[in-house]
Amino acid sequence: MSDTTDGQVLTTQDGKPLKAALAKALRREKLRALMLIAPLLIFVLITFVAPIADMLFRSVENGIVADTLPRTVIAIQEWDPNSGEVPNEEVFAALYGDMVVAVEEKTHTRLGSRLNYEQSGISSLFRKTGRRIKRMDEAGPFKEQFLDADRKWGDVSTWQVLKQFSPRYTGGYFLNSFDAHQTADGIEMKPADQRIYLFLFGRTLFLSIVITVSCLLLGYPIAFLLAALPLRTSNLLMILVLLPFWTSLLVRTSAWKVLLQQQGVINDFLVWTGVISDAGRLVMINNQTGTIIAMTHILLPFMILPLYSVMKTISPSYVRAAKSLGANDWIAFWRVYFPQSVPGIGAGAVLVFILSIGYYITPELVGGTSGIFISNRIAYHISSSLNWGLAASLGTLLLVAVLMLFVVYDKIVGIDNVKLG
Amino acid sequence: MKLKTVILAGTALAFAGSAALAKDLTVVSWGGAYQASQKNAYTDPYTAENPDINVIWDESSNEAVAKLRAMNEAGNITWDLVDVVASDAIRLCDEGLALEINADEDLAAAPDGTPASEDFGDLLVSECFIPQIVYSTTFGYRSDVDEWGGKEPTEICDIFDLETFPGKRSLEKRPINNMEWALLCDGVPKDEVYNVLETEEGQAQAFAKLDSIKDNVVWWSAGAETPQLLADKEVVIGSTYNGRLFALIEEQKQPVKMLWDAQVFDLDGWIIPAGLPEDRLAEVKKLVKYATDTQRLADQAKYISYGPARKSSAPLVGKHAKLGIDMAPHMPTDPNNAKNTFLYNYEWWADYRDDIDAKFQAWLSQ
Repeated sequence: MSDTTDGQVLTTQDGKPLKAALAKALRREKLRALMLIAPLLIFVLITFVAPIADMLFRSVENGIVADTLPRTVIAIQEWDPNSGEVPNEEVFAALYGDMVVAVEEKTHTRLGSRLNYEQSGISSLFRKTGRRIKRMDEAGPFKEQFLDADRKWGDVSTWQVLKQFSPRYTGGYFLNSFDAHQTADGIEMKPADQRIYLFLFGRTLFLSIVITVSCLLLGYPIAFLLAALPLRTSNLLMILVLLPFWTSLLVRTSAWKVLLQQQGVINDFLVWTGVISDAGRLVMINNQTGTIIAMTHILLPFMILPLYSVMKTISPSYVRAAKSLGANDWIAFWRVYFPQSVPGIGAGAVLVFILSIGYYITPELVGGTSGIFISNRIAYHISSSLNWGLAASLGTLLLVAVLMLFVVYDKIVGIDNVKLG
Repeated sequence: MKLKTVILAGTALAFAGSAALAKDLTVVSWGGAYQASQKNAYTDPYTAENPDINVIWDESSNEAVAKLRAMNEAGNITWDLVDVVASDAIRLCDEGLALEINADEDLAAAPDGTPASEDFGDLLVSECFIPQIVYSTTFGYRSDVDEWGGKEPTEICDIFDLETFPGKRSLEKRPINNMEWALLCDGVPKDEVYNVLETEEGQAQAFAKLDSIKDNVVWWSAGAETPQLLADKEVVIGSTYNGRLFALIEEQKQPVKMLWDAQVFDLDGWIIPAGLPEDRLAEVKKLVKYATDTQRLADQAKYISYGPARKSSAPLVGKHAKLGIDMAPHMPTDPNNAKNTFLYNYEWWADYRDDIDAKFQAWLSQ
C-alpha cells in the first residue's frame, strides 16, 4: 500500500514538490525546537560537560615537568635509565639553568610536590636544592654541587622518576588507579601492602548493589501500599516517606550513630530485654553494617517514588480480572501485577545505584574502615593530598564503570523499560 | 522629576560612600570555639579601633588547601587571610599559593623590642607561615572504668596495653602521630623514630604494633568525635586536640582526665593567599600585624586552652573569660604537661605523607 501513485509527484498548491515542502517545514520546526532548548543545552554544556571533560583531561595531563625544567627534559633524553649511573655533567648543567629560573618564579617546590606522589623524598629534595641554588658556583662543575646540596641527586631512582614523568602526557595516574606502577622492567602490580584502589572499587560496587537490593526489598511493599490505599491515607504515608527526605543528611546520619553505637539506643534496649548480654553488645556502626543501614535509609525515597508513580498507573481491574479467571492472590500478583511494576523497579534501582556509588559523606561518618567507598579516597586526593591527577583518574574509572553497568543493564533489562512516572 | 533625581543621586552617593567606608576582609578559620576565640581576641578589638574594616568569617579551613588552589586556577582570590595548620601552610607555600612573609618586617616586635623572628623562634616552620598557637594531639581517658580496677593510664604505652586497660580506643584515621606512638612504644628511642619510619622495616614494625590493638580501635576523622565517643562511653581512651578535651573536662564536667604523655605538638597559624591586589594586601598585613602581637596572642588563651606561639606572650596568659580558672595549667606548653613531648617533623611528613598514607589506608582496609 503506497500513498503515491507511480510516476506522479505530489505537489503543494504553489507547485513545489510536497516532499521538499514538508522537509522545509519540518526543518524550521526542528530549528525552533533547538532554539527553545538552547539555553538549557548551553547551560548543560558549560556546567556539566565542560567540567567533566576538564576532569578527564587532568587524569593524563603532566605538563608541569616539561614546563618547569625544559632544558633538563631535553638533555635527559640521551640518558639510559637502566645504565645504573646518574646522568652526566651536561644534564646537571641544564638542571642548574632550569632551577635558577624555577626558583626565581617559585615553581620548583610545586614540581617537587608533584614528583613526590611518585617517590617519597623528592618534595624536600627540590625545597632544599632551591635554597642552595643561589649559593652555587655558576661556572660549575654542577654535578658535585648538586650532590653536595642533597645526596638524593646521586640516586638513579630520582632520575628515573624525572625521566619517566618528563612527557607532557602520562598514563601514570591510571596505572596508580589500578594499583600498578611502571618499573624499569615494565608495568608491575604494586606490593600487596600498597594495593587499595581495585579493592575499594570492588567494595563500592558490592555495597552499592547490597544497598540497592535492600532499598528495593523495603521500598516495594511501601510503594504498593501507597498505590493501593485511598488518597487521603496514602497522602499521609507519603509525607512520612518524604519527611526524612527533607531532613539534613548530616542530622540523619548522626541520628543513626545515636541509635546504632554500642552504648546506643538499640543496644541498650536489647540488653535491657535480655536478648544480648552487656558484654556481647552488637557492633552495628563504624563498619559495613553501619554504611548499609544509613545509606539504605537515606536513599529509600529514591526507590519508593518511582515505584509509586508507576504502580499508580496500574489499573486494579487487571488483578481483579486475573482473580475472576481463577488465579489465587500470589499468581495474580506475580503474573499480572509485578511485570507491570518492572519499569518502576528499573528506574528506582538505577537511581539508587548511581547515587550510592558516588556517596562519600555517609560512609565517612558511619563506615569506619570496612565501610568506606572509593569516593572517600577521591575526596582525600582532592582536598588533602592535592593529587588531583590521581583523583581525576579514579573519578574517570568510576564514570566508566557506571557507564559500562548502564550498557549491561540496557542489554539485560532494556533502557526502554525504565519509567519515572 | 526633580525629586526622583535627588533620590537617585542620594542613593548613588550612599552606595559610593559605603563602598569607600567599609572595607571587607574575608578571614577563613575552623568555626566553633576556636574561631570564636579568634574573633574575641583579634578581630573584635581590631574592628573597634578601625571602624572602616568589616571582617567576614568563612569556616572553610579544613578544605582551605584545595579551595585556594581552585581559586588560584580560576584567577579570583576571594579570601584575604586563612587559618591553617603548619603542614598545610608548608604545602600551600610549596604550591606557590601562599605569600612569603618577612617576619621582622610584617610582624610586630615583642614589647621589650625582641624582633618577631626571635620571639616566634623555631615555630616559623615555613616562609609563608605566621604562627598563632601551639596545640597538641594527646589522649584523654575516662576515670570511671570499672574493669581497670582503680588503675589509670600514666604513659603513652598504656594505649597499647589491653590487659591492664581493656576497652575501645579512638585514634585518628591517618598515619601521622599514630605511627610515631607505635614505634615509641615498640622500643624505638625518640630521636630515632623518623629514621626508623623511613625504612620499609620500620613501617612494618609500626603497623605490627598498631595491629595489636586494631580490633579495639574506633577511627576518627573530625576532632569533635573523640570527646563525643568518650562522653557516650563508646571508648575509654582517645586521642584528639587538647582544647577539645579541655572543653569536655572543664566546661562539660565529664569524668575524663588528660594523659599528656608523649603529646605531639603542632602549630596553627595564618597564611596570606598569594596574588592579592595591593590595596587588600596592605589591609591584611595591618590586621595580621595587630592580631599576632604579644598581647593579642595572650588574650586568645582566655577563650581556649591553646598555647600562644610567642615566647613573650606566655607570662601574660591569665584566667578563662567565663570559667574564671587559671589557664596556664591547661596549656600544652605548661612544664607539668610538657614533661614528655614529641616534636612533629613537618619536613619529613611532607616527603612521606603520600606514600605512608597509601600504606596506612591499605592496612586499615585489610
